[in-house]
Amino acid sequence: MAKKFLYLNRKAPYGSVYALESLEVVLIAAAFEQEVSLAFLDDGVYQIAKGQNPKAIGMKNFSPTYNALGDYGITKMYVERESLAERGLTEDDLMPIVYEDEDDDYAEKPSVQVVSRMEMAQIMAEQDVTFSF
Amino acid sequence: MKYTLMINEGPYQHQASDTALQFARAALEKGHEIFRVFFYHDGVNNGTRLAVPPKDDRMLQKEWSELAEKHGLDLVICIAAAQRRGLMDASEAKRQGLNADNIAAGFRISGLGQLIEGGIEADRTLVFGD
Repeated sequence: MAKKFLYLNRKAPYGSVYALESLEVVLIAAAFEQEVSLAFLDDGVYQIAKGQNPKAIGMKNFSPTYNALGDYGITKMYVERESLAERGLTEDDLMPIVYEDEDDDYAEKPSVQVVSRMEMAQIMAEQDVTFSF
Repeated sequence: MKYTLMINEGPYQHQASDTALQFARAALEKGHEIFRVFFYHDGVNNGTRLAVPPKDDRMLQKEWSELAEKHGLDLVICIAAAQRRGLMDASEAKRQGLNADNIAAGFRISGLGQLIEGGIEADRTLVFGD
């Protein structure tokens, strides 16, 4: 039986390698036919912020990869509302990440769900394996 | 209980490796099984055999090697993370055309799939990070 895997992203996309290397794990994990969800909280919410351009600091903008996760069957990306609010962000500041629902005539649906801290705790409690980055 | 451990920080800079080592010893003593220890991010630096800490300090790399030998632990270093940070076994060094390798006894280099498999196979997966 498939296990529920949660990839918990807490750090900003640049400034440390955690976000990039977390994404590398997620891409491998997609091949294992497990139930994969991503969560973004604390500074991790910046990982899926719109308009990233780290060229001036010599880093690669890897944020387009999050848009491709739907093609890997990864369609659940939870973002904590309180983390957004604490940083003066709203859902409009996030990339409009979508996936094609093959059970619904390949209709495009949003992968990102903004949830409360309470709901995030519930999502975490439901997991079999949580990798925290 | 069967455990997989993930270690995300290098030795000395952070306590993650110490805590994981202490946990592994305690779990094994109580008769639990460690399915795999996976080293990721700077955690791969736990697997160098070239570390020479001061004599009055603990020797983390050596302690991992000794624990692995005693209990047959599977210590896996992520290849992608290792390549970024210059951790090499002999075959990888040869493949990259480099004239040295530095992996410690008891460690092996493999892919991220080993981590996911660890999560699937173990009853509990514990992450030791900052």
